[in-house]
Amino acid sequence: MKQHTLSVLVENRAGVLSRVAGMFSRRGFNIESLAVGTCEEPNMSRITIVVNGDDGVVEQMMKQTNKLIDVIKVSDLTARESVKRELALIKVAAETGAARAEILQIADIFRALVVDVGAKTLVLQVTGDTGKIDALETLLRQYGIKELVRTGKIALLRGAKTVKSSK
Amino acid sequence: MKTGARTLIEALQREGVDTIFGYPGGVVLPIYDELYDSSIRHILVRHEQAAAHAADGYARASGRVGVCLATSGPGACNLVTGIATAYMDSIPIVALTGQVPTGLLGNDAFQESDITGITMPVTKHNYLVKDVADLDRVVQEAFYIARTGRPGPVLVDLPKDVTTSPAKSGGTVPETVSLRGYQPTYEGHVRQIDKALDLIARAERPLIYAGGGVVLSGASAELLEFMETAAIPVTTTLMGLGAIPGDHPLCLGMLGMHGTQSANYAVTECDLLLAIGVRFDDRVTGRIETFAPNAAVVHIDIDPAEIGKNKKVDVPIVGDVKAVLQAFLRRMKKRGDTANWVSKINTWKAQYPLGYCDDGRLRPQYVVEQLSDILKGEGIIVSEVGQNQMWTALYYCFKKPRTWITSGGLGTMGYGLPAAIGAHYARPDMPVVDVAGDGSIQMNIQEFGTVAQYDIPVKVVILNNMYLGMVRQWQELFYDRRYSYTELPPVDFVKIANAYGIEGLKVEEKDGVRGAIETALATDGPFVLDFRVEREENVFPMVPAGAAINEMIGVRQR
Ligand SMILES: Cc1ncc(C[n+]2csc(CCOP(=O)(O)OP(=O)(O)O)c2C)c(N)n1
Ligand SMILES: [Mg+2]
Repeated sequence: MKQHTLSVLVENRAGVLSRVAGMFSRRGFNIESLAVGTCEEPNMSRITIVVNGDDGVVEQMMKQTNKLIDVIKVSDLTARESVKRELALIKVAAETGAARAEILQIADIFRALVVDVGAKTLVLQVTGDTGKIDALETLLRQYGIKELVRTGKIALLRGAKTVKSSK
Repeated sequence: MKTGARTLIEALQREGVDTIFGYPGGVVLPIYDELYDSSIRHILVRHEQAAAHAADGYARASGRVGVCLATSGPGACNLVTGIATAYMDSIPIVALTGQVPTGLLGNDAFQESDITGITMPVTKHNYLVKDVADLDRVVQEAFYIARTGRPGPVLVDLPKDVTTSPAKSGGTVPETVSLRGYQPTYEGHVRQIDKALDLIARAERPLIYAGGGVVLSGASAELLEFMETAAIPVTTTLMGLGAIPGDHPLCLGMLGMHGTQSANYAVTECDLLLAIGVRFDDRVTGRIETFAPNAAVVHIDIDPAEIGKNKKVDVPIVGDVKAVLQAFLRRMKKRGDTANWVSKINTWKAQYPLGYCDDGRLRPQYVVEQLSDILKGEGIIVSEVGQNQMWTALYYCFKKPRTWITSGGLGTMGYGLPAAIGAHYARPDMPVVDVAGDGSIQMNIQEFGTVAQYDIPVKVVILNNMYLGMVRQWQELFYDRRYSYTELPPVDFVKIANAYGIEGLKVEEKDGVRGAIETALATDGPFVLDFRVEREENVFPMVPAGAAINEMIGVRQR
């Protein structure tokens, strides 16, 4: 089983997310992460879906997704040159001065931003690929992660190529 | 003042709708008021499920889009089984549902149900119309989506304020529909077609496995010409029966769980399988690893997602079956030498005919054989689900497409009678017979009311075994004859029919079968025949669940 990143261009209409997500769950396809938002076209949205599966299963996922009337285009970015990013917010316990200092140092190395400072906690914002965020999470676990939220991966092809043309 | 409801009716008329099967209620009152003096005929069913099945039967018999209409909440929910039935068999219907006013949506208002949410998994697409200005476009798209590409049901949910508010002059309705997310492929890829033709020219034991897609695509003539030109034997799925004449010398009948021996042996021994408008359903393939184990596979289907879904394919061809077969005929240069193969198949056919015990008792197979012999293919046969369905599939000789109407994919008991009603309105020139089981007929028996009210000349042939026979058969074979909740007490169906004002006859002797069928067919109006058949008759041959399709039980040899 391999991890695949699918970029799905959809009509920006009510219910489109539930059509896509519903089809995945109905057919027993597991979604690792899903990120959705507006894109360069005013009436479209782009959904980035990370899935695990054999090539045959992923091919089925793509074909079934493509069948949805509100889906305009589906591309598998996995084997193509692309930038993939995820953002995470991590609320970590920082009760002692020593812990606080160490956390700030770690944050620095990961180019994470400190976006909130509380009496007993820090909130870090980190962007990067999935591996980087996993690594930071592992390092911070010793201090006590109070809360963590990740956006799920988003991705774009590198260079002038785009995921646009009609299906 | 022109309202949304009026707009709707005009949009339906533009789509050529002549008949709607429906049931009224609060939020569809504005639509019903427009129907009152509309040229569109409305058939009042007795349960919304029947409206959906009738629309489906209408679509299957005519090839046009069937239409049903129901009120919000319970009415819409009652359509669901019918919509799912159409979805599984790729049947084009448009289901119109009323909905609570937009201002109340999401409020748990009286008779509100999220029918677009509920039907998302069982429709090709659906719409909730929130603005009357969208109505023309949505109706046009709904019909377009339902009938094009791989056909399927589309639901349009219509809040009451949308149908009551003044129509907005949304300008002209576009000539053609263009949806950037929906562009079906009709023409097959030429290189793939030539690859397939190359395999055909070299194959020694080719076999065509044809399904419902041939019927949906209207490709019977092309298939017939191709199979004859290339001298390739054909087996059809349950849904493909009638695509070619059942008595054609190259026809092997149905394959699969209750397929003929010759068809299942041919699949197992063929070296080239041409899968045309099929989806390798588990009821067809048995254990998929052993299905056509020696064959290269060519798969033609309009839905790319069906190709490679269940079985690895060597030559995929995405396209409309009719267009692809036309290309086959145009481009074919050389046919293979299939003489030995065809003669082997003929030996099988002679050696392993279908058969049942002929001891003078009234057996269900005999009833179907007589029906077949009397109608000679000149009628529309609808079935319920269970043994009755399989006996009809096996013992009735279908000669033309769209003369066999059955719920294949979902296997919906209660489908037959309402679908027969729909078939009648599609083809009033044809006799329509519903072959039923005593269990299935009771699932929508209230439709005797519809049949009586409109004097619909549907003939209902009940193969009454006083069992949920197909389930009983499994209990007999695989559960040690423990008949757990499958026995049905006797019902006097003739009396029920009479109570609705329908004529009927009970038949208990083999001798009475032919005369009873002739009487029913000679009667102008509806007719119910209650055949008290051998109770523990089984459908054979049968491939047990999980077995390879050549591992049949209940086989016969001459
Ligand atoms: C709505 C529905 N419920 C249950 C089933 C499961 N089922 C399949 S065949 C069958 C028995 C059908 O009995 P009957 O209509 O008498 O037909 P027979 O097999 O006796 O010919 C049942 C219960 C079904 N297919 N559909
Ligand atoms: Mg029965």
